[in-house]
Amino acid sequence: MFAKSLSLSLMASELRVMFTRRRTWAMLAAIALIPILLAIAVALSSEQLAPGEGPPFLDRVTQNGLFTGFTATLLALPLFLPLTIAVVAGDTIAGEASLGTLRYLLIAPVGRLRLLVVKYLGTVVFALAGTFTLMVFGGIIGAILFPVGPVTLLSGDQISLMESFGRMALVALYTTISMTGMLALGLFISTLTTVPVGAMAATVVLAGVSQILDNLPQLSWLHEWLFTHYWLDFADLLRQPIELGSMFSNALLQLGYIAVFGALAYSRFTTKDILS
Amino acid sequence: MDNAIELAIKTSSLTKQFGSQKAVNNIDLSVPKGSVFGFLGPNGSGKTTSIRMILGLAEASQGQIELLGHPIPKELELALPKVGALVEGPAFYPYMSGRNNLIRIDSADRFANSKTRAERVDAALERVGLTNAAKKKVHAYSLGMKQRLGLANALLKPREILILDEPTNGLDPQGTREVRNLIRSLANEGITIFVSSHLLSEIEQLCSHLAVMTAGKIVAQGSIEELRKESQTRLILKSDRIDEVVDLLKQQGLSKLSLKPDRIVAPVPGDFDVASLNQLLVKKKFMISEIRLEQPSLEEYFVNLTGEGFEVVR
Repeated sequence: MFAKSLSLSLMASELRVMFTRRRTWAMLAAIALIPILLAIAVALSSEQLAPGEGPPFLDRVTQNGLFTGFTATLLALPLFLPLTIAVVAGDTIAGEASLGTLRYLLIAPVGRLRLLVVKYLGTVVFALAGTFTLMVFGGIIGAILFPVGPVTLLSGDQISLMESFGRMALVALYTTISMTGMLALGLFISTLTTVPVGAMAATVVLAGVSQILDNLPQLSWLHEWLFTHYWLDFADLLRQPIELGSMFSNALLQLGYIAVFGALAYSRFTTKDILS
Repeated sequence: MDNAIELAIKTSSLTKQFGSQKAVNNIDLSVPKGSVFGFLGPNGSGKTTSIRMILGLAEASQGQIELLGHPIPKELELALPKVGALVEGPAFYPYMSGRNNLIRIDSADRFANSKTRAERVDAALERVGLTNAAKKKVHAYSLGMKQRLGLANALLKPREILILDEPTNGLDPQGTREVRNLIRSLANEGITIFVSSHLLSEIEQLCSHLAVMTAGKIVAQGSIEELRKESQTRLILKSDRIDEVVDLLKQQGLSKLSLKPDRIVAPVPGDFDVASLNQLLVKKKFMISEIRLEQPSLEEYFVNLTGEGFEVVR
């Protein structure tokens, strides 16, 4: 119990360090810009999109502002969200190593496993902040520029305003879960180097490679093992009744990545000589 | 080393190999409890690598380490809470204040009491004279201030030993003096201090014990008195008829005389009787303009062991 409460204080400290950094806020602000720019662009263009034209959901934004968050999430998923996620994940261990603070944390003593777990959970909190930023700012700007009312789902059913907020939260949660595998991958890469930028770049490159492989039909046997495979499948959460199939497969796949790369990060970090 | 003396740090055959190079080569350190132990060696001699192994940051390639009686790395987590350390310069989050940096590191210590945290942090800041700069962000600190903050970090809790790697690096003479005074007052509280430096003058006045390291090996170790004894006393003599004086000295049983243009230098035992020799020389009507015994400084002894040391040894 004693040790547990102290881990909480380390977790709080980790978040304080992360959210004291201007970089963290700059990235969240940039994420918030996605729905804002999207909504403004749609509002300013006089042309009405025919249903189905443009990215998914885009045609619905003008009918119901609450769709802005969903559309923004879709737009951010291939590159922008993974980019910010990679920055945070790549920074975990390599960032502390390059500052030199890693050696002082270790002789505090923080415990290597404990530090690794807290670092990972910190990045999950950032992913949560990022996905909710998309939804919250999407909802706000959508409500300002467009009519807001009961949402017509992809299945054609209508749900109440309150229920649609629930769906927004659910999609943000789904997207966060989608990121957890990549976060574990980034954490592992971060234990390999003392150059945080290198770890960040490697992580984001792997996210790109995974998406490219996912688009090659010749590799269809591989697709369901790629951590990006279910990223865009949150549309299933916008049906009535909710289809949780992809949610479960996604969560299972991400858990697999967490297990594999978490174990690799652990075995690497606990035996590593800290020479920085 | 006498086993009756309790040791704060003990290493046996400690070795660290990077590739084919032995950064630390088979060293046996014995740091008595309560001592102020100077760990001396030129840059690149392996001091910091040794310290990293003692603190469990790096794994030894060979050999054993005991820190405060705990085998390292097996019982690392039992030893570290009793150890305050400054390793290879201070390191902090530049975008956080000095105070918040200390709070961060103290939160990482799973054995630290969070209830007394704020109090302990402020006391440590006060002790190193940083109270007024506590709320400034670290990127606005001078190197000297960072060094002090690093010392404050080592003092967050009552410690049994402080391991300080080059604690006066980057400090002005005033700051160096303050750090020395701080170390002295901590030593007076009974804390063992293990302090590394590449400059003997920085730590000579502080230390009760010294180890000299060069090229990965320890070439001398012991209390200051023991080391002084090992340095050879010399007789210095100036006279008009040097050749004849040399003959006389040889008759007196002195050997290994070295002749400088204006004087004779001869190694002698520490209790050599200069007065009798002088009497003898005067009786033989030599003109003696100078005769004295000289004890080489520890500095000279150190330079003899490590070389002048501007060039990196390897």
